Amino acid sequence: MSPTRIPVRLRVNGRPAEGLAEPRTSLVDFLRDELDLTGTHVGCEHGVCGLCTVRVDGVAVRGCLMLAVQADGAEILTVEGLASPDGKLHPLQEAFAEEHGLQCGFCTPGFLMALHELIDDEPNPSEEQIRDVLGGQLCRCTGYAGILRAVQSAFAKLGASPSTESGA
Amino acid sequence: MKPAPFEYEAPSSVEEALRLLADPAIETSLLAGGQSLVPALNMRLARPERLVDLGRIEGLDAIRDENGALCIGAMATKRSIERSALVAQKQPLLHEATGHIAHPQIRNRGTLGGSMAHADPAAEYPAVAVALDAEFRVIGPSGERRIAAADFFVTYLTTALAEDEILLEVTFPERPAGEGVGFAEICRRHGDFAMAGAAATARLEAGRYQDARIVLFGVDATPVRALSQEERLRGEVPSEALHAEVAAAIGAGLEEPPGDQHASPEFRRQLARTVSKRALEAAVARAAKA
Repeated sequence: MSPTRIPVRLRVNGRPAEGLAEPRTSLVDFLRDELDLTGTHVGCEHGVCGLCTVRVDGVAVRGCLMLAVQADGAEILTVEGLASPDGKLHPLQEAFAEEHGLQCGFCTPGFLMALHELIDDEPNPSEEQIRDVLGGQLCRCTGYAGILRAVQSAFAKLGASPSTESGA
Repeated sequence: MKPAPFEYEAPSSVEEALRLLADPAIETSLLAGGQSLVPALNMRLARPERLVDLGRIEGLDAIRDENGALCIGAMATKRSIERSALVAQKQPLLHEATGHIAHPQIRNRGTLGGSMAHADPAAEYPAVAVALDAEFRVIGPSGERRIAAADFFVTYLTTALAEDEILLEVTFPERPAGEGVGFAEICRRHGDFAMAGAAATARLEAGRYQDARIVLFGVDATPVRALSQEERLRGEVPSEALHAEVAAAIGAGLEEPPGDQHASPEFRRQLARTVSKRALEAAVARAAKA
């Protein structure tokens, strides 16, 4: 079987991007290895840990459970696209920094992208909705108390200024 | 891990997908939302030579009302089902069960048809399909046919779909007036595979069971319908004692619950008892009391 590489054209963080991918290449490997966007991390590679979460056409998905070829033509948002062009962090990122929402930081991009979808979908999420999203993301060193505080703080900030600033 | 190499096709029509699937020279798997297949590929538990992606075929994800029945395209995502007001109104059991499947990040991609065709014994949708007498519309080289939910799930990860057939749509018949539904499952963590779960429906007449249905999952190779206990409930007055008896009989009556690192067979019997009772009680509580 020949490892034919297929052209994949998509938009990432508002800009057109393209590269070649074997059919078996996951979206997260394509983002990292072909497009040099290494902010999205790779963990379990079978959909459990959520480290590789990115937004595809607005919805948060596992980058390890989607093939790059499936994303052809899609609009992708990665953690690199959260901050403003001038470098100002997204309120969600600020809240993680302020509330000790990260320790080693390896899982953080996945948390941010999963929560970024929630911010767009639910201006006032219930704690159950927040937990439903957090439940799909694993953190093994910070602990979830700080993360939950960060989420609550982020929603409080965003309530004060409803714009999500950047994003899909 | 990374998958073994495979070829990839993304047909734009069902006809083209059928043609690709019919090729005997290459071992082909259909790709729906990929939330079960891609992990299996990544772990190399599945090594098809080619994937045929159904994601580029228009119209396979519709959710529509057809003379009162709810028809859901195989490629409708769990997220779209969860968010559909039509589903919530017409098929509350399906709606409630959807919220128990994994996490939003998985439901965003995972599809109804993918879950049904994958037929994981611990999955929610197959049990819901059996509880609601859903019907599966499938297409193969010689045309379409319909398969009743009771006949669709054959054994562990195996359905009545032939290798050259594609699941197009699942139809959920209109529910009778006054019916209550209940759903319960027990997992180590919310969103994990259930160690045991149950879906139930109930209707009351003059304070007695007119009919009830209880379908369990995670406790055998396929969804298990508690037929003899459903029969036993008919005409009875709902009560805590009755539900406890019925649930105990359901747990005891399981043929061979699986054992794994999460739960021994004996523990699964106990869980089956617990979820049966919870689901039935929820259904009765919601049934019209007229």
